[in-house]
Amino acid sequence: MCTYTTERAAIDGSAKGPNGSWFHVTDATVYFDHPVHAMAGHTLNIDLTDPSRGPSARVAVELTAASARDLVAAIQAALAAVPAELTR
Amino acid sequence: MSDSLTARTVMITGHGEDEIEAYLAQPDGDRPRGGVVVIHHMPGYDRATKEITRRFAELGYDAICPNLYWREAPGAAPDDAAAAARANGGVPDERLVGDVGGAAAYLRTLPTSNGKVGVIGYCSGGRQSVLAACHLDLDAAVDCYGAFVTGTPPEGSPMRSNLVDQLPSLRAPLLGLFGVEDSYPSPEQVAELAEILTANGKEFEFHSYEDAGHGFFASDRPSYRVAAANAGWEEIAAFYAAKLGS
Repeated sequence: MCTYTTERAAIDGSAKGPNGSWFHVTDATVYFDHPVHAMAGHTLNIDLTDPSRGPSARVAVELTAASARDLVAAIQAALAAVPAELTR
Repeated sequence: MSDSLTARTVMITGHGEDEIEAYLAQPDGDRPRGGVVVIHHMPGYDRATKEITRRFAELGYDAICPNLYWREAPGAAPDDAAAAARANGGVPDERLVGDVGGAAAYLRTLPTSNGKVGVIGYCSGGRQSVLAACHLDLDAAVDCYGAFVTGTPPEGSPMRSNLVDQLPSLRAPLLGLFGVEDSYPSPEQVAELAEILTANGKEFEFHSYEDAGHGFFASDRPSYRVAAANAGWEEIAAFYAAKLGS
């Protein structure tokens, strides 16, 4: 199915995008839907973007549900493993 | 009949008099024929949808696929355009109807047009095909596994409602092609749609295929099921021949 539902987050950081260039990213959209490239019916898709630079200023990933959960756990573990004052 | 065809990008007038991009495929020659509006799926105005559009030209129809994401992302790669459109909340139903109406009007202005136009959509486009046929003067509509024609959209979805309250306005014969293993739409939701159409005296024909789930026509995806897709294409060809022929 097309799930339609999209989660959004304001973010602040950089991503390496089209043509191998780094750019500042301001927005993340997260949704579980049909992938463009991954060999799965549905994937957890994340777009890191800077809408002010146009639609192509985007880094996209498509992850199976299991690997997306593993990624979430890895991110949380990485954040938890360092002194709290570094991650405020 | 020749299978020679020509395909190119054109600009058409869509909803709100906006100029939007569209992909037009036409059989060679000046034989009068019907037209088909192809509604692309959520992943966008992509290569696979343009292949489908050319297939309708090969079947003998003037076929056009409007780029529903042109406003958000003119000239962008299809996947980037789809991401931008999703981030903006998706395509509003009213705009979809206007864009399909513009595409149908464009087809009817072609010197080869016999005046008849059908519509077809896949996945989200399946729902939009039914939606368009509830509001526009079309001669045939095909819904390929569109979710939420019946059934309840998830909470928080930008799609506020299903189409149940609009189905009494359906103006065109409907061909529905579904996978038995699909959950959206589920066999129960397909049965509900059939009941509603029957109750309203609408002309429709549904086929549900075994060993097929959502997206069984998508030959570039793991959901592809060759037997269901081949059978479905046969049904589409026969349906349009009956409804869009001269």
